[in-house]
Amino acid sequence: MKQIPFTIASFEGFLKERKLMASQCQKCNALWLPPRPICPSCMSNNMEWAQLSGRGKLVAFTVIGVGPIPMLEAGYNRDNPYCAGIVEVEEGPRVSAQILGVDVGDPKNIKIGTPVTAEFVERGSWHFVEELAKTKKMYLAFKA
Amino acid sequence: MIQRKRKLGRGVAIVGAGMSPFGIRPDVTNRELFAEAFLDMINSVDKGFDPQEIEALYVGNCGAEMWESQTAIGALCANEVGLNLRPALKVEDACASSSVAVREGIIGIASGLYDLVLAGGTEKMSVLPTNWTTMALACGSDTAYESSAGFTFPGLYAAMATAHMEKYGTTHDDLLRVAIKNHSNGALNPKAHFPMTIKDVMNRRIAKAKEKGDSVPSWADELEFLNDPRYNPVIAWPNTLFDCCPVTDGAACLLLVAEELARSFTDKPIHIIGTGQASGPNLHDRETLTSIAGAKLAAKHAYEMAGVGPQDMKMAEVHDCFTIAEVMAIADVGFFREGKEAATAAGEGKTARDGVKPVNVSGGLKCKGHPVGATGAAQMVEVFQQMRGEAGERQVTNRDIDLALTHNIGAHGTTAVVQIYERR
Repeated sequence: MKQIPFTIASFEGFLKERKLMASQCQKCNALWLPPRPICPSCMSNNMEWAQLSGRGKLVAFTVIGVGPIPMLEAGYNRDNPYCAGIVEVEEGPRVSAQILGVDVGDPKNIKIGTPVTAEFVERGSWHFVEELAKTKKMYLAFKA
Repeated sequence: MIQRKRKLGRGVAIVGAGMSPFGIRPDVTNRELFAEAFLDMINSVDKGFDPQEIEALYVGNCGAEMWESQTAIGALCANEVGLNLRPALKVEDACASSSVAVREGIIGIASGLYDLVLAGGTEKMSVLPTNWTTMALACGSDTAYESSAGFTFPGLYAAMATAHMEKYGTTHDDLLRVAIKNHSNGALNPKAHFPMTIKDVMNRRIAKAKEKGDSVPSWADELEFLNDPRYNPVIAWPNTLFDCCPVTDGAACLLLVAEELARSFTDKPIHIIGTGQASGPNLHDRETLTSIAGAKLAAKHAYEMAGVGPQDMKMAEVHDCFTIAEVMAIADVGFFREGKEAATAAGEGKTARDGVKPVNVSGGLKCKGHPVGATGAAQMVEVFQQMRGEAGERQVTNRDIDLALTHNIGAHGTTAVVQIYERR
């Protein structure tokens, strides 16, 4: 079977299937999320896809009222802010994602270390060209 | 393992430095801003020179494609200042663009290829509405995995702030004291975007409320004013408006020459004795969120090349795009211990203009403004003026500044440039 390449498009394809996939180095076992084709630990390019549990914990976050265009289009603004954070998944690596189910009205209540699970959220693409920005994509999120 | 020396092939000195006024500049474009900086630089060269002797240009610019729908800004700037028919490079590394441009200019001279180089940067940012500028800046982080997750620039640094607060007990007031300090410096800088202290801003708000007949707010001090969300709203929690640098138009440039030629331009050349640069991964891929590994490494390389240490630096201009960024910067370059010591340095007056380690006496990015592609060069303009005793009212006077440092970050730490300067 032909190896699915370790690209952004492949990762996004898995998200569409509601799967959180990492790449795992077959030489040193290091796990990479987001996936990458070359292992920075040992420089091997012998990778395999590995599905993650989707469970993790919040390690850093922010609550944003002035977002980029795709977040505005998704309905977020000063009166309806969203949380973006860094999640450490239980398998080890960290990833950036929108964080759902936290108290965006009072960010002081959001605690680092909060357990979260993967969610999959559809919104417009990141692009300056309006026609391309309209294309919907599935993005990784986590829910507290 | 290859043994690397990391030494310049020959010495390089700054003999001229200039910048445009920073601020919202509606009627000028990148190339015109660059020409303003160029003319200011020409006036700074003590013994005069023929600008046609300049052999190459290195122009830092982050996003003219996005802000001005214009690429190839290097050649356009060269043409604008009358220096056609020579290499003119546009250099892009987000907010470190012009430090990288200057560094490349240094390498060009050190290699022996050039004797005279013009290096700097320009950025015109005020063209787009805020949403689009937010988007343009966020293009500096990883659009596939960071910005598209919803992270803006204030948001990425806010995440670092939450990690810093969690790990070290840093408070938001610690961060706000960085803004108060940098505004008190920038108030004395006639080229700053907002040349006013936080107290000036506060009094202005009170006057405005009186004028409009609104209820007049009363704040005990600057900190209480900055803690009032009606006047200092959250941008990306915990970053408030006054934790963030403004969106600014501006340009800055330097005349770099081979060291042996320096004295024919001025009796007070500023020698670049150390330069370091390093890249870094996305924020989520870092072992720690409370320091920038690339900045630490760039500082290490710069110190090693210069043969000096953090204790020798008499002042520094560091990358304070957000207040937390200065807290991290002064630890990454080794001035203060990471954590509480760095977080409280501004509040304790250690980094004030008359403190033990003056940091951002220009007002920093916070108050002077942050035209991203011009910022690194503008830091060097400040160092040039301070080291030559030409910084006017904001001159550091409690010491002789014979050694100084600049620290410039690209994006959220994916590029870092640290340089060390000496006046002999």
